[in-house]
Amino acid sequence: MSEVAEAPVLMPAKRRGAQLAMLAFAVVIVMGAYANVGLALDGAIPSGMLTYGLGLGGFMLAAYLVLAKFAPWADPLILPLVTVVNGLGLVMIYRLEAAGARGASATNQLIMTGAGVVLFAITLIVLRDHRTLQRLTYTAGFAGLFLLISPLIPGLGKSVNGATIWIGFGPAIIQPAELAKIALVIFFAGYLVAKRDVLALAGRRLLFIDLPRARDLGPVLITWAVSLGVLVLQKDLGSSLLLFGTFIVMLYIATQRTSWVLIGILLFVGGAFLAGQIFDHVHARIEVWLDPGNPEFFDRELGGSAQLMQGLFAMGAGGILGTGLGQGHPYLIPLSFSDFIFPATGEELGLTGLMALLMVYALIVQRGLRTALAARDPYSKLLAGGLSFILAWQVFIIVGGVTNLIPLTGLVTPFMSQGGSALLANWILIALLVRMSDSARRPPPQAIQNEGMTQVFQR
Amino acid sequence: MSELTLLLIRLAFLAVLWFFVIAAVGVIRTDLFGSRTAPAGPRKGIKPTNPAAKPKNKKGEPRQLVVTGGPLQGTTINLTETPITIGRANDATLVVTDDYASSRHARLFPQDGQWIVEDLGSTNGTYLDRSKVTRPTPVPLGVPIRVGKTVIELRK
Repeated sequence: MSEVAEAPVLMPAKRRGAQLAMLAFAVVIVMGAYANVGLALDGAIPSGMLTYGLGLGGFMLAAYLVLAKFAPWADPLILPLVTVVNGLGLVMIYRLEAAGARGASATNQLIMTGAGVVLFAITLIVLRDHRTLQRLTYTAGFAGLFLLISPLIPGLGKSVNGATIWIGFGPAIIQPAELAKIALVIFFAGYLVAKRDVLALAGRRLLFIDLPRARDLGPVLITWAVSLGVLVLQKDLGSSLLLFGTFIVMLYIATQRTSWVLIGILLFVGGAFLAGQIFDHVHARIEVWLDPGNPEFFDRELGGSAQLMQGLFAMGAGGILGTGLGQGHPYLIPLSFSDFIFPATGEELGLTGLMALLMVYALIVQRGLRTALAARDPYSKLLAGGLSFILAWQVFIIVGGVTNLIPLTGLVTPFMSQGGSALLANWILIALLVRMSDSARRPPPQAIQNEGMTQVFQR
Repeated sequence: MSELTLLLIRLAFLAVLWFFVIAAVGVIRTDLFGSRTAPAGPRKGIKPTNPAAKPKNKKGEPRQLVVTGGPLQGTTINLTETPITIGRANDATLVVTDDYASSRHARLFPQDGQWIVEDLGSTNGTYLDRSKVTRPTPVPLGVPIRVGKTVIELRK
């Protein structure tokens, strides 16, 4: 390898070949999964395999071509990794639909994947430099806040399964909180870059931690109030936890101050505890979390533990190696195609498969954090760090919820769960990460004359 | 479809899934374990033995600029023939957000196989190790350069 080391320009390679190979590998895995489902259910390769497999392959090829043209230096792994989770989600939904789970529709999800790839392409083509987002800091903040509270507007909001988190225009309903989270991360990044110094430096030392000044607590308290408002008014525990956790972590990334994390945890635990005392739906969740096996809770009208227990039974039935795709009974879990797709996958792929899935998520997050490390300006660092953290945090909240590690909250598993809004929002998020990794890995422009005096500036 | 076939398909699928994860890790191996160049040897700077032979002997040349202190800690920039500018301006190679740095604070450029640091008339000055940089000065490997709150050094 010494020849390579002798190369005068040592730059991160584009690795387009590796990306294409990994992408093809990902599509092959998904098609293999389809074939496996068909063989187990009907004893024959399903006729839908070519439609779904080639459909997914076609979408991903299109995404790859856009990426190669408009973000040639982007990280080679992000797209293949996303393809695998998105594809396996499609297979699981297809399998549940075939088994007759009500509401599961693989065709819809495939169409939404296509729409997601289109949004991915549009984001990459329109947004040539992610730093233009910094100018939209407060616009993004207001847009995010508006989207978050829009389900509460009378006539627009829709209540589904007890949570008021949907808005509807005729037949189409969307979940605005999914888009709000991206807008809010953009806002947090822009805001914290401007205000990080005062939040990081001012304060006094008490015992062993640096406490911030009381008047600098404003932003934390406002975010806390908003997220508690979401929890109480919309009965949406997941978005509330997602929003507040992301803000605290971005605050920590910006200031490197542990006291913010402590303050955040104390505020949230305190708030959630109070909410648990006062509001029934929060209280029911906590009861179920502490004692899911209690027969009293199983069939309870409000917040019963039946769904959680079915998920735990499913994962138990799967064991280490799983029952095999198409050979378990994951359709017995209520909502097995959306919130509970993770235990459904766990039944059929077992612990081994779930660990592989979690590794894939971990790798996507690692690529995002790597982008944050490689970025050359603080705004990109915060934005990339925040976006990858929100993905990781979302996976943690839902996987922790269905495995009963933390109280169950309704959140989608990114890219796997059926649901258009979440899929579209996550594809936009990935496009932003790809855009940032492109600019972080792009080599600086070469000088025309190599005299040490000529400089080429990049705008 | 017999039980045995399905069992084999199931195990094969899990194996392939894990193979994908391992292949993905293989692609980013350099990220996890560092580049395959030898770990930094003696840190005492390079001996300027024979200046004429320098351009051919790439072994002692720095390959990376590493930020070792300040808000951008952990950032690395691979060195090429291109000069590197440091400052608050958005077009700088390393953009620092720091009240103690000027918009065009300092510049690093290669000359005869050495990297030279030059202060661009900054308000608070650029420091090479302990001494203020007043004129273009060669930078040895591993010696900290201080720009405001940011500390950078060159590494192999």
